[in-house]
Amino acid sequence: MTSLLFAQLGTPHRIQTPSVAWSGLLPVLVLLGGAVVLMVVGALLPRRSRHSWHLWLTLLIAAGSIGCAVPLWFRVRDHGPLSILRDAVRVDGLALFLGIVIVVGVMLAALLTDGYLRREELEGPEPYVLLMLSATGGLLMASANDLIVMFLGLEILSLAVYVLAGLHVRRLRSGEAAMKYFVLGGFSSAFFLYGIALAYGATGSTNLTDIQRFLATNTLTNNGLLLASFALLLVGFGFKVAAAPFHSWAPDVYEGSPSPVVSFMASAVKAAAFAGLIRVFVYAFALDRHDWQPIVYVVAVLTLLVGSVLAVVQTNVKRMLAYSSINHAGFVLVGVQAASDRGVRSALFYLATYTFMVAGSFGVVTIVGRRGDNRHQLDDYKGLARTEPLLAFAFLVFLLAQAGVPFTSGLWAKFYVIGAAVEARSFWLALVAMLSTVISAFLYLRIVLAMYGGADEADEAAPAVPRLRIPFAARIALVVSVVATIGFGLVPGPLTHASKTAVPKIAAGK
Amino acid sequence: MVPIIVFVVAAAICVAGALGVVLNRNPVHSALSLVATLFGVAVLFIAQDAQFLAAVQVIVYAGAIVVLFLFVIMLLGVDRAENLESEPLTGQRPAALVAGLLIGGGLIAVLVASTITGKHSSGAKVDPAQANVNQIGRLLFTDHLWAFEITSVLLVIAVVGAVVLARRGAPGSGADAVDAGIPADDFGEPASPDTVPPNDVEETVR
Repeated sequence: MTSLLFAQLGTPHRIQTPSVAWSGLLPVLVLLGGAVVLMVVGALLPRRSRHSWHLWLTLLIAAGSIGCAVPLWFRVRDHGPLSILRDAVRVDGLALFLGIVIVVGVMLAALLTDGYLRREELEGPEPYVLLMLSATGGLLMASANDLIVMFLGLEILSLAVYVLAGLHVRRLRSGEAAMKYFVLGGFSSAFFLYGIALAYGATGSTNLTDIQRFLATNTLTNNGLLLASFALLLVGFGFKVAAAPFHSWAPDVYEGSPSPVVSFMASAVKAAAFAGLIRVFVYAFALDRHDWQPIVYVVAVLTLLVGSVLAVVQTNVKRMLAYSSINHAGFVLVGVQAASDRGVRSALFYLATYTFMVAGSFGVVTIVGRRGDNRHQLDDYKGLARTEPLLAFAFLVFLLAQAGVPFTSGLWAKFYVIGAAVEARSFWLALVAMLSTVISAFLYLRIVLAMYGGADEADEAAPAVPRLRIPFAARIALVVSVVATIGFGLVPGPLTHASKTAVPKIAAGK
Repeated sequence: MVPIIVFVVAAAICVAGALGVVLNRNPVHSALSLVATLFGVAVLFIAQDAQFLAAVQVIVYAGAIVVLFLFVIMLLGVDRAENLESEPLTGQRPAALVAGLLIGGGLIAVLVASTITGKHSSGAKVDPAQANVNQIGRLLFTDHLWAFEITSVLLVIAVVGAVVLARRGAPGSGADAVDAGIPADDFGEPASPDTVPPNDVEETVR
């Protein structure tokens, strides 16, 4: 029977399927498998209970993923990067560094989610499952060495976050945010995909190593296709990191989405998108950097200015922080624009420290938002220092760190990025970056003044508002973030060393 | 001669189907016209030696996606008349006309300028000696194995997302469950309605 079938089809072709180095994929697989296990176990556990089973399981799985990444880190450092599955995956320092940053973002967001779900009377393991699946997409992006894998990682990352944005099903604005994010995000994905198609048309491959090799050994007589693909790919990445002409979704979506989800959006999603941006542009298109650097230059300037200037006129703290996160994306772009080892290193440092700052900030916002997640006006922060001195102090630390005040990690992050820009002789860009810091410092000080000033008015308002309850898990997240922000501010050495180890040499670029 | 006849017939089906999608008043007829267009495109794919794409076009687009459209149309109600005169976005009709003319003009300009050579791309590595279904299958299980596998994660997200978004206001969830044995203290603040300011309630949709 089978021989007859083969006679019909012709001789069967034997395919050599690639052998897989599973150990290199472990961080991704643990997170992905963990999400599926949590979904199954979550069906057996009570949907709501006194004990936060879902949270602790999530933390355990995330810690397991980091635990798998750490031995890989040392292996990669000593023996060079791993290339897995026909070079579709490249496990190197960059992938592991940002992978760990993304998973830390998941842990912090999960800690905030627990109290939020209880307060808002939502339930179930699904938010945690989606957080982990989204982070899986982030890890896939960070380690992708193929544009198709990069696109799938981006989609996995985004789709889960679209659902998370609409998590609060009884809140209209949450659904609105999800809808807005979904429609605009789908649009930007289409741009990204078109960019991939054009890059394939120009170079004949979607594999980043092959693209790099092709561009190094061939001269394109007509590089219109390649330039168009640069522009389209940049739209896709720019949307995800909320860089300036593509930022307009960010304030609305941040305002409407559940606050713990926003902390994930601003930390892990940004880190993943920057991982992709650095991989594609700084490494694969290293030789053509004189073509893309000016575009990134302009985008960075716009992002810095839009993020800082528009933040000042806001009265809603969540929107302020949304604009400030746009501003921070601009800073990371300054590092990317340098297209040097030092630039990438500073971008990695920035993303790692910003994860703690922003997760902490939105942690405070989650708590102050109270039931309904609606109290985000500047007035709601009046007199916070008197009623909740520790919470106000934590917020103070995060805000000062975002402003780049000494003894916080924010200072070093900004310092390294601007140093890289100066080294790349982008003096004007460095100047704009410093100017935007000054403008946005005004915004952070406004929130600080609201918290520490205005005691008289708060006295009258005080009886109407019950005391804030800070859930235990959120306390852990805040303490960890404060310790990391001040710790890396006082002792930045270990993190700078790690980011130095993480960055592979740009072989073709020099 | 044969290729030209095939092209003309398939192109006529495509264009007729596309016109049917736009001009039919009944949405079900529009969706069915779309099937005709997709079939025409599938025939054009076969004429271009892209058998795999042709099969996918029929199975996925004509088969699955149009059926999904029909489901949605049926669920929303076929008989509900839409007022086509009012424009939700002012000026979208003239804008669509201008955009259509521009794109059409661009296509004609490309044809007239004869920048189309009809040669195979120097980048794409298609082996004319082998059927392209074999080549695609080979690539899926070798070079693009990882991409092929991780697509499944998207399906997992789709399932979980559907569960999360569909549970809107189901009995036993939300505020109804507060009384079921868990002290209100666990939820950060007392759940009694008088402590919730009125502007918070406005946001609550039940």
